[in-house]
Amino acid sequence: MNEGLLIRPSEVAEVQEAVRAHPKSLPRGGGTKAALSTPREGQAVLDMTGLSGVLEYDPAEYVLVALAGTPLAEVEALLARHGQYLPFDPPLAELGATLGGTVAAGLSGPMRQRYGGVRDFILGVRFVDGEGEVVRGGGKVVKNAAGFDLPKLMVGSLGRLGVLVELAFKVFPFPKATATLKVTFDRLEEALEAMYKLASSPLEFYALDLETNPATLTLRLGGQPEALPSRLERLRAFLGHPPDTHTLLLEGEKERDYWRFVGRLEWGHGYLVKVPIQPSRIAGLERELPAGMRRYISAGNLLYLNWPDSIEKLDNLLKSQGLRGLVLRGDAEPAVSETLKSPLIGVDWEHSFARRVTAALDPHNRFSPNP
Amino acid sequence: MNPALSELGRIYPPERLLVQPGQLVPYESDALTAFRARPLAVVLPETTDEVVQTIGWCARHKVPYVARGSGTSLSGGSLPVEGGLVIGLNRMNKLLRLDPAERVAVVQPGFINLEVSNAAAPYGLYYAPDPSSQPVSTIGGNLAFNSGGAHCLKYGMTSNHVLGAKVVLPTGEIVELGSQSLEGVGPDWLGLFVGSEGLMGIAVEVTLRLLPKPEKYHTVLAAYDSLEKAGNAVAAVVASGLLPGAMEIMDHLAIEAAEAAVKAGYPMDARALLIVELEGEAPEVEAEARHLGDVIAASGAYEVRVARDADERAKIWKGRKAAFSAVGRLSPDYLVQDGVVPRSKLGQALLEIERLSQQYGLRVANVFHAGDGNLHPLILYDGKVKGQLEQAEALAGEILKLCVSLGGSITGEHGVGMEKKAYMPAMFSQADLALMRRIRRAVDPDELANRGKMFPHSEAPALTPHGPHPLEKAGVIWRE
Repeated sequence: MNEGLLIRPSEVAEVQEAVRAHPKSLPRGGGTKAALSTPREGQAVLDMTGLSGVLEYDPAEYVLVALAGTPLAEVEALLARHGQYLPFDPPLAELGATLGGTVAAGLSGPMRQRYGGVRDFILGVRFVDGEGEVVRGGGKVVKNAAGFDLPKLMVGSLGRLGVLVELAFKVFPFPKATATLKVTFDRLEEALEAMYKLASSPLEFYALDLETNPATLTLRLGGQPEALPSRLERLRAFLGHPPDTHTLLLEGEKERDYWRFVGRLEWGHGYLVKVPIQPSRIAGLERELPAGMRRYISAGNLLYLNWPDSIEKLDNLLKSQGLRGLVLRGDAEPAVSETLKSPLIGVDWEHSFARRVTAALDPHNRFSPNP
Repeated sequence: MNPALSELGRIYPPERLLVQPGQLVPYESDALTAFRARPLAVVLPETTDEVVQTIGWCARHKVPYVARGSGTSLSGGSLPVEGGLVIGLNRMNKLLRLDPAERVAVVQPGFINLEVSNAAAPYGLYYAPDPSSQPVSTIGGNLAFNSGGAHCLKYGMTSNHVLGAKVVLPTGEIVELGSQSLEGVGPDWLGLFVGSEGLMGIAVEVTLRLLPKPEKYHTVLAAYDSLEKAGNAVAAVVASGLLPGAMEIMDHLAIEAAEAAVKAGYPMDARALLIVELEGEAPEVEAEARHLGDVIAASGAYEVRVARDADERAKIWKGRKAAFSAVGRLSPDYLVQDGVVPRSKLGQALLEIERLSQQYGLRVANVFHAGDGNLHPLILYDGKVKGQLEQAEALAGEILKLCVSLGGSITGEHGVGMEKKAYMPAMFSQADLALMRRIRRAVDPDELANRGKMFPHSEAPALTPHGPHPLEKAGVIWRE
């Protein structure tokens, strides 16, 4: 670790001040994604956990507004008291992740399958740009088409375009009842085929996840409790009545515990990497990946991967597959994260649009890790 | 022909380069007919290369331009820049690829919205965003204005269904934004581009996400003796934890007009009608329908109808979809707004609109997406009566400011375009607007792409009454 400066603003004005006072700064929320929140030489760290708290929440509006440093766990607990939730299902909540860090990293979890990811639920954003100005984009109502869509732009922006200070989200009612069916297959190809069929069917899932060792589909249903038994029966029929030895039904507290555990993405040593993907590329990638922990989420659109080897090797592998990745956390030692040239690996999609927009938001390069 | 135009003549054959006044007239306005401007010329490219060459020509000669699809914008978004170029994209209307297994469609910008769902239908798939203009509006225009529809609360707007786009930037560079995956890493550049109202370039290929068609619909029509009761019913549905795909309310004036126009069989004496639609897996919809039935029964509706089959469902929606053009029959002209208020403020907003209507002496009909607080007040006026258009515009402006003061937005789905740019400062601060402008200039240094739109204090042509758009008179498009 370098001996960089650590600033903990407790007001937006202090964020502005800090941005203006330092040539380089890196916002940090809960620090659950070390590869994204470990400063480089010369970067002042803005610890955003001092800007915390829900500002507006009326369950009847399906809208929640909170400061960026608010822990996900706090937001989720509040929503749960009113039977609601963040439909993009952010991971790492139990480990202390914040709203701001989740948006900046662009992370969604298994339940994104039902209604969409963080980009689909962010309504408004307030941030400090590279000039130290506080700016707002979007709004606080569930539908809005005024002005450039800055809220979406900030999803995945990694602190590179500004320091998030306030966020507004659309929220939804959580289903009255849920149940999860795990189905294992003898071969990956069979699981993939079933995944395709399920995703194209009118059957609706809160989660449609694929694991590879052994090939397993994890299917989460949600809705009215009285409809669940018949829906589970239809699902089994749709899958051709797999034998009991190949299925596992999770319900009640056990089911909720299972998903809480999944959301921790704790898979031991190695890097944790997010890889956007599409179903047709899974088989090819699987031929190259070593055995290990990983999970394909949302019918094969999002891979969370545990990578035990060097990042250079993964970078090359992703390039060869035409994929891109985001390293979220390194090995046990934080020092490892620092050795990364960039958390963005794989195919480089840098383009003129990106350069131009970045220059407009951060003309003095305050948020770039590079000199 | 001036020398610059003759240069364009080397890119386009004469039938795709329109310069005669008679050829230009159809392009002088869009569905917001109160505005009109004469372009220098209209070009009709058929290839990405022609678009790139055209953008290059515009950049060299500093000629502003607007890309246009079917011209159904309700905010004047596709209004020409006076003396600028119109790039009509209707001939770039191919379905480039349909991949039912991956559930994506790749189309050119001139491809029609409804045709996407038609192409996907044999595979049990559809394209979710359903603006009422969908039989004619193009994907390119939908993308530029982030079009909505009746099902946005649950399924989102156009932006939530566009996976990728190949874009010609105002500098002539071509970039690929997004991908074929629902996820990405790094800033969401595509998210910024969608809904940028043509100010950041022209999408020449668009990758759309397709969804499986719902297995079952349950459509309920409930009649109330007051708007307030209908509004309270929406609140009760929300409080029950149900998430209907659509919740729509029509007031008495809109009901009367719709009934006269398409004979949907609506209860004529109702002060307000509520349409609620559930959709999804059959056993789930059946269970939800029972809960919805209880909520509606307790809501004070004096008549409730449930569509028994697809025909009855279509009939309920027919009246709703025709309401706008039908209201047009009650009056020679009308303006429609699409401001948004928090759902809990709907009642307050409607009362205030009624008060403004009386104050201005102009009738206002209301049809709105109640589920997401998206109002659609239709302000009736007669353009032949001196000063009425200006009065109608002023009333519309008051409604927009009302929406902002209640914590909402000046536009839910039509976009800012020409019409609402003066109201942007009601919603955004100087610093917000300055940053948006900085982004615009970074992407388009000469501000050629759709110059004069979205940002306040950019030049505007004078308002003139012109009556409904020809397509609207023909009943092909609706304003909502």
